[in-house]
Amino acid sequence: MKAFKTVTSIPTPFPRVNVDTDVIIQGQFLKTIKRTGLGVHAFNSIRYDREGNHIPDNIFDRVPYNSASILVAGDNFGCGSSREHAPWAIGDMGYRCVIAPSFADIFAGNCAKNGIVTVCLPQEQIDILVAEGQAEREITVDLEEKTVTIEGDKQFSFDYNAVHRHMLLNGLDEIGQTLQSDAAITAYENERRLVTPWLFSE
Amino acid sequence: MTQTMYDKIWHHHVVEERGDGVALLYIDRQIIHEVTSPQAFEGLRLANRKLRRRDANIAVPDHNVPTKNRHLPNPDPSSKEQLETLEQNVDAFDVNYIPMDDIRQGIVHVVGPEQGITQPGITMVCGDSHTSTNGAFGALAFGIGTSEIEHAFATQTLVLKKSKSMRVKIEGTLPFGCSAKDMALAVIGKLGTAGGTGYVIEYAGSMVEGLSMEGRMTLCNMSIEAGARAGMVAPDETTFNYIKGRPFAPKGGQWNAAVAYWKSLVSDEGANFDKEVTLTQDDIVPLVTWGTSPEDVIPVTAEIPAPSSFADPNKQVAAEASLDYMGLAAGTPMQEVSVDRVFVGSCTNSRIEDLRQAAAMIKGRKISESVKEAIIVPGSGLVKHMAEEEGLDKLFIEAGFEWREPGCSMCLAMNPDKAGPGEHVASTSNRNFVSRQGPGARTHLVSPAMAVGAAIAGHFVDVRNY
Repeated sequence: MKAFKTVTSIPTPFPRVNVDTDVIIQGQFLKTIKRTGLGVHAFNSIRYDREGNHIPDNIFDRVPYNSASILVAGDNFGCGSSREHAPWAIGDMGYRCVIAPSFADIFAGNCAKNGIVTVCLPQEQIDILVAEGQAEREITVDLEEKTVTIEGDKQFSFDYNAVHRHMLLNGLDEIGQTLQSDAAITAYENERRLVTPWLFSE
Repeated sequence: MTQTMYDKIWHHHVVEERGDGVALLYIDRQIIHEVTSPQAFEGLRLANRKLRRRDANIAVPDHNVPTKNRHLPNPDPSSKEQLETLEQNVDAFDVNYIPMDDIRQGIVHVVGPEQGITQPGITMVCGDSHTSTNGAFGALAFGIGTSEIEHAFATQTLVLKKSKSMRVKIEGTLPFGCSAKDMALAVIGKLGTAGGTGYVIEYAGSMVEGLSMEGRMTLCNMSIEAGARAGMVAPDETTFNYIKGRPFAPKGGQWNAAVAYWKSLVSDEGANFDKEVTLTQDDIVPLVTWGTSPEDVIPVTAEIPAPSSFADPNKQVAAEASLDYMGLAAGTPMQEVSVDRVFVGSCTNSRIEDLRQAAAMIKGRKISESVKEAIIVPGSGLVKHMAEEEGLDKLFIEAGFEWREPGCSMCLAMNPDKAGPGEHVASTSNRNFVSRQGPGARTHLVSPAMAVGAAIAGHFVDVRNY
């Protein structure tokens, strides 16, 4: 996983509430066996009309947001499916960070495992960041300091899951880390085999 | 110290505490399907890793499988590739597999319980958010992403932060004309789609205790639609009777030990929940969604709400966008909304009891000529067989429904079953998201009885008068 320390970008303002995983990546695009190449299909219903024609001035493809790496979103972002295709698609578009008042649990976890930071801030601060995006001004997200900075103006602090932060800052392979606990897992299994033998057929 | 059922199951599975509520949690069972697993298997292959426990995993194809003409080549090359990739992966990694031509094949969340794979007290994961269905047995069951699938494959654990707990009590007797689906929609209407974020829900109360296992699965299935990580119901005699004798159920002398263990899991008297919500039987009426979020739910007897009726300005904007997408005007009585297609199926409502409720609405009537297509998709080959033994298939076919092979089908339209742009669908599935059932399709979530009522009338009807 790519390590994350800071990212600076003009944020894409997209403050819609309850943006679900079908909005992020529609079901018809899940028929892939790869993690890459989903960016072109992301936010399909916003970037393309009902006949499938590209809407040129949509928020995601318009300059300067077409090269943004921060997305500012509305409440309950990423609700719906557990499909990791959603963060893959957002990452493939170039986003490294999504800022919203709240995120669906599974989506936030999936983002962390793909080097995308999900920052929760209160609605008043989101409104300010949306305005910054609309004014085409850059903001900086710093995971080490857990801050969002508007250059020469305000700074907002956020909380972040300590385990995810450590993984993200260091770009660690979570499976590799867990395998270091192999002895503890085996010890657990041996005990569990005695308590609930019916869950082990081999 | 008193504990909730969630506390107990969590503590029984902690391999290592990592501080700040985070633990390395042991995973007892993983179920696998073709959509979210290929990249996880690829990850194992690239890192030269194996499955830690072969017997803890089982795979079944469901999302992409066609529901008719299965003997013909799959019409969609990318669906075909995903299905073939699953076969290659289960072969290469030696995973238990139920192939498409096996009578046990079906939707993972129907197959798991049906085979006795789902049991009280276990931790169970799947790359699918509706894994919450399995919580009906008093299991901690939840959806995970593909990176976590790979993690569970390689380590039989996940690194997780413990959720908060919420008890949702539903008291009273299930009212006439209503089902567990109406209970689920009522809960989401009350909590909102973010109301359960950060929580695991335990459903309790007399109406929940009175439900069959099928009903409890429907209720737990939609927990994720309220934002909750998982939903659970305490195991009881209904649970034990359902599990007994199933292929993966504890056998012989282990059965009594298992039941004793399962009984110990229920929440202690006076256990502390972070949040408590109560619904009564007055809250449970036949419900329909009007918008593009499962929280956009109203009684079938009500009118479509005006965006201005919502206090939150963000919700007003969302409601306007929803009505525009759905092609509906505020103030229209729900019963005047006509339907183009009807879908009875999905991991929410494709079990034998759902099909019985659907069939009971037919009473010799036929579907409306204005309905383009009405399909019944059983949740598994075994459900299909059972329904045929009971003669339900004949009732459906005579009324004008199509009787299909099992799979996820038009719940998310990854197979050829889709609704067209602008078409209104009465659907027993779980999500009415934009384009969920096909690009431009307009989904209304309802119970099986309400779906059949809409098929017969050509528009939504109050099944209590039907």
